[in-house]
Amino acid sequence: MLDFLKGPLLNLQIFVGLTLRALANIFRAPHYWNDISLQMDLIGVGSVPLVLLTGLFTGAVITLQMSRALNQYGAASQVGQIVSITLVRELGPVLTAILVAGRNSSGMASELGSMKVTEQIDAMRALGTDPVQKLVTPRLIATAVMLPLLVIVSDFMGLVGGYIVGCVVLNLTTGTQFWTTAYRALDYSDVAQGLLKPFVFAMVLSLVGCHYGMNASGGTQGVGRATTQAVVVSCVWIIVLTYFIGTFFIDLN
Amino acid sequence: MASTSLVRFDRVTVRFDNNVALANLTWDLREGDTCVILGAAGSGKTVLLKTALGLIHPDEGSVALFGQDTRGVAESAMRELRARIGILFQEGGLFDSLTVEDNVGYPLENQKSLLCPPDQVRPRVEEALRFVELGHTLEKFPSELSGGMRRRVGIARAIVTQPKLLLYDSPTAGLDPITANNIMTLVAKERDIRGTTTALATHRFQDGHLLANYRYNASKGKLEPGETGTRFLVLNDGQIAFEGSQDELEASRDAYVSKFAKPLKD
Ligand SMILES: Nc1ncnc2c1ncn2[C@@H]1O[C@H](COP(=O)(O)OP(=O)(O)O)[C@@H](O)[C@H]1O
Ligand SMILES: [Mg+2]
Repeated sequence: MLDFLKGPLLNLQIFVGLTLRALANIFRAPHYWNDISLQMDLIGVGSVPLVLLTGLFTGAVITLQMSRALNQYGAASQVGQIVSITLVRELGPVLTAILVAGRNSSGMASELGSMKVTEQIDAMRALGTDPVQKLVTPRLIATAVMLPLLVIVSDFMGLVGGYIVGCVVLNLTTGTQFWTTAYRALDYSDVAQGLLKPFVFAMVLSLVGCHYGMNASGGTQGVGRATTQAVVVSCVWIIVLTYFIGTFFIDLN
Repeated sequence: MASTSLVRFDRVTVRFDNNVALANLTWDLREGDTCVILGAAGSGKTVLLKTALGLIHPDEGSVALFGQDTRGVAESAMRELRARIGILFQEGGLFDSLTVEDNVGYPLENQKSLLCPPDQVRPRVEEALRFVELGHTLEKFPSELSGGMRRRVGIARAIVTQPKLLLYDSPTAGLDPITANNIMTLVAKERDIRGTTTALATHRFQDGHLLANYRYNASKGKLEPGETGTRFLVLNDGQIAFEGSQDELEASRDAYVSKFAKPLKD
């Protein structure tokens, strides 16, 4: 009767096993520094143009859509506050994480999946390396370090986008007022929330990508399936988790 | 003096979901043996070799390597045991991101128990590549090589650690007959020059026939007819359908088994 639950539960069990091993490996030699820096470059530096562009337009679009409502209440001067709170708490982390999931979670699943189906993962184990240590842990570390940094870049670009639309295009308020309200609106818990989220999302999207890659089977078709699943599952988790992390911070206040 | 057992399967069963890949299989591979594992696609040859190496864990039964029961042995300790075994994977298993030199040197640099000094890596890699007649390809990437060359790099990587035991998974699959013959000559050469215990999975009778009836003469640099005491194992759906010498194989009346006792048309 509960047969339909067996597949997902088994999958979850394998995923938890991988997570524990990947985390334990952070504190265990050998560390593959080359792989870590290569992944940092790929995930961090490689995503910068994308994050600059999407960050800029996210801030621009929030300002644009908010302008009418703010005008109605005569609160147009508060636009900096709105943009900075929505970006730092929510949209910066979530949108950046979803972009990086689309770019890197899928990349990890397809790269590790191809390695799995061409027996390169077996070869690693046969030739004296732990594939989790060599492949998963470096990707986990690199994403956990780079995603919060990318989010900072994205948040800043969003504010720049908000400033351009709010102060230059629509003339809602002055530049000084925009930046002052944006800065004053944030307290420590907003910044903590805004950096904790990408850290958690980074762990989820790298581990999910690696998990589907390491468990790919059935040739090239299996690699394609693993890639799709990795992106879908990471995005769903990101959206679910942002809610729960948000609740946690609201309870805290 | 009775030779020691290198791999011993005791009633091993391996399942994938509801699919039984190896069923209650008992097998013994002793030092100095040549064992040819024949079977159709999907009969369990790859699973058998990976289980021998501890890459797949049996659901039932036990596997002993070099006389040591591997049940409950931690993965880190298994890696030490595997350092004494060379394997050529069916799909080659070469790392696409590494050059031929780094691929062949990989076990020397990563298998800590081999204690290979760093300055010895390059000479040993070159020696292994010369053995497979690919001395000039060090800087190339696997994707730049032909199928036959990739297999030869795979063999070089398997023998570079000078293991006592070599496992070859379908080394001739997907190759033309001439290239396949060259690969099989290398397998026999390694066996007869270094006396390596050899287990070879294949679906081609010709491969087994060559290993069973020819020996490599190092001074002449070619194969010549000779006794090898090769044993044959025929797998059918994860079960042993036949085990014995070539004469017994050829005498078998079983319809499935006798398919592997005569040359196939490639
Ligand atoms: N990772 C796996 N997941 C599920 N089934 C597998 C896996 N590996 C092998 N099998 C199944 O085990 C059986 C034996 O496969 P294999 O040993 O690869 O055959 P072959 O003799 O062609 O090498 C096949 O039915 C195959 O589908
Ligand atoms: Mg096979």
